[in-house]
Amino acid sequence: MELICPAGTPSAFHEAVNAGADAVYCGFRDETNARNFPGLNFSRDELAQSIAYARSKEVMTFVAINTFMRAGKEALWYGAVDDAVRLGADALILADFGLMAYTAERHPQARLHVSVQASASNADAVNFLVEAFGAKRVVLPRILTIPDIAKLAKKISCEIEVFVFGGLCVMAEGRCSLSSYVTGKSPNMNGVCSPASHVHYRQDGKDLVSELGDFTINRFPAGEAAGYPTLCKGRFDVGDSSGYAFEDPASLDVMAHIDALREAGVSALKIEGRQRGKAYVAEVVSTLRKTLAAGPLERPALMSRLHLLSEGQRTTSGAYEKRWR
Amino acid sequence: MPDSSKPEPSSSAPTLSLGPVPYLWDGPKWRDFYFRIADEAPVSHVTLGEIVCSKRLHFTEPFAADVIERLEAAGKRVHLASLAMVTLERESRHVRAMAADSLWPVEAGDLSALHVLNGRPHTIGPLVNVYNAATARLLSSRGAFSICLPPELPMASVAEIIKGAPDTDFEIFAFGRMPLAISARCAHARSKGLTKDNCQFICANDPDGLPVHTLARQPFLALNGVQTVSFTCQALIGELDELSAIGVRRIRLSPQDCDMVAVAQAHQDVLSGQIDGEEGLARLRTIYPGVPLSNGFFHDEAGAAFVARTRNAASGLAS
Amino acid sequence: MRIPPAMAAPFDFLPLFVIQRAVGLVFAQVMARHPALLDRLGDHGAKRYGFLPTDLPLSFVVEPSIPMISVLRRSVPVTTDAAIEGPLYLLLALLEGKYDADALFFSRDLSVTGDMEAMLALRNALDDCDIDLPLDLGAMAGPFGPLVTRAVGYVREQALLEEAPAWN
Repeated sequence: MELICPAGTPSAFHEAVNAGADAVYCGFRDETNARNFPGLNFSRDELAQSIAYARSKEVMTFVAINTFMRAGKEALWYGAVDDAVRLGADALILADFGLMAYTAERHPQARLHVSVQASASNADAVNFLVEAFGAKRVVLPRILTIPDIAKLAKKISCEIEVFVFGGLCVMAEGRCSLSSYVTGKSPNMNGVCSPASHVHYRQDGKDLVSELGDFTINRFPAGEAAGYPTLCKGRFDVGDSSGYAFEDPASLDVMAHIDALREAGVSALKIEGRQRGKAYVAEVVSTLRKTLAAGPLERPALMSRLHLLSEGQRTTSGAYEKRWR
Repeated sequence: MPDSSKPEPSSSAPTLSLGPVPYLWDGPKWRDFYFRIADEAPVSHVTLGEIVCSKRLHFTEPFAADVIERLEAAGKRVHLASLAMVTLERESRHVRAMAADSLWPVEAGDLSALHVLNGRPHTIGPLVNVYNAATARLLSSRGAFSICLPPELPMASVAEIIKGAPDTDFEIFAFGRMPLAISARCAHARSKGLTKDNCQFICANDPDGLPVHTLARQPFLALNGVQTVSFTCQALIGELDELSAIGVRRIRLSPQDCDMVAVAQAHQDVLSGQIDGEEGLARLRTIYPGVPLSNGFFHDEAGAAFVARTRNAASGLAS
Repeated sequence: MRIPPAMAAPFDFLPLFVIQRAVGLVFAQVMARHPALLDRLGDHGAKRYGFLPTDLPLSFVVEPSIPMISVLRRSVPVTTDAAIEGPLYLLLALLEGKYDADALFFSRDLSVTGDMEAMLALRNALDDCDIDLPLDLGAMAGPFGPLVTRAVGYVREQALLEEAPAWN
């Protein structure tokens, strides 16, 4: 199975290549990719240099152009596809049907990967994308169990990539407007979720209160580690209960299940984290590379040190295990 | 409308359509709701069917035939909505069977429906990501004759899409709590200490959604099984003339647990010029009290916001 | 970890212009060697960033687009667009991108005030630069090099051993 690694900057890209990535995925510095955070991402020149470096180490480069084209501004997205192809990207990771149609027509030789943002969660959905646009690989949404994935793999004619480590969307990706409900900026349209421009931290007595837009997302008593106010990971009151209504702050780790994923027919394992620093990328990629090479008994010890890097220092198998639901 | 600077309405005004009931209502309540819609509501189209959770399908299925018959007898066009999230083989079979056997056009709720409906006349629901005309044209070329656009879209995008896909009818989500997210995990069951697989259908206790408040006790969202909806209620009744002017063909009203006949009548009265948008808003606040109205998405702002138009209207949640 | 008071104390007695000169030289070199930093910051380059180490009696104000760094006594109030306050080792980790700054950024040991987007842009831009402060400082701080290198090198060593929760 290939190891697909994130890079938010050229430095992180180098770290990922050096740490043992089979492919690195990254995006342009604009709204065309789903990690459109300030200070992140690649200029055309930076992408060209990064692709050249990756090539020299026999590593592939995937370019994520995985937001939805804004009506009337499609040229930005079409230009991103044209440039990624021209600069030698080994695959394009796309979510928008209109953009997929453009790519299939203008660049039939380009390898089209379906972004997790497209939310292709079943065989008919994947076959739609394969037949309509010639998709070669689908990144599955994080809403399927491993047995679901195994059944799916038997019914489709393209490769499967799954997220195995990093941040966890609680909601089906590409189908969430929570962020724009609160801030007017969304993952689908702007490539941001819970954007920093709308974040405020406020001290209230001994508590630290985090707010997004006009809403309180969390409140941390003295001594408790504070988190970023990502909407779906906040504490709320529902009926009589108060707490993490959607998900506890934890990140995804399904490395304990890699044998099952391989047997299920998965071709590639993806690490989330283009917004994370280069040191994180280096550490996670090298550890996962070692874990993939190790036997099942050695893996837990290798993975244990990564738990320190995870959100809330806790990890979950998420939807890959049925009881999460 | 009193404001003469507003665009002229297009020659044929849009009609009203009723979206599927997103919540779990028991069968008889669901049936009686549609009977009354058939008899009294000035809507041209009714889309019905379970979209949120396949576990709920059996609650309303026994009543569907009677409901459809009554709606058609009243002259309503009937469409059947498919599931918004399909992960299980059982769910895939359900969508395939709908596509193959339905006597009524199916509204696609996810990508699998797009696959199995290819080449047949069908419609597209608001949970399929149509953000531009290129996507609309692609879906149209595969048989979609009507598209309900995602509630998240601002007016500029809606206008561009309609302009760029002239062969398709467009519908706008104009009333109801907005669908914001859907998850494999059931937060509704989780809030009662249950899991999705053993949920005991507790979402039936909240026929209008279960409110989520912030720790500052501010109303924020509402849970509807695996779906998260806005606490605010989308209200574009004050923007109907603009929707009409940019070529929107249908105004979708999404059922809440309130007098939906009165909601439809208020919209119809604005469309026909009997009352203005302000009065329409005032009526909605009486018909559906206690839930703030919002229209922020349409004005390219936070979806929870209410952008006042003519006079100093009350503000939404986030303003 | 924090700088032991015995190590921080000399900064109370050093003339401010001496510290300013040493820090300014390193800053100028960093900016000259990393032109991409400003490009990456975009509009956020014109903002004023405050770095307020809680274990040193000093404040640092950085204006990337000028480029300029100002050193002030901690008792002097500073006006900034965004400021980050915490033990020096965490601030250095942020500057150097030596390890995952996300973890630092939102851990309880740091307090970030003002324009969060500007601060996030800065930390992402810094992460792309391979800044090595102890090395640069040691080479450039003249007669005070050993003092600076010892303090800064020690705290970085500690920083690399510590971790904090992430944000997304």
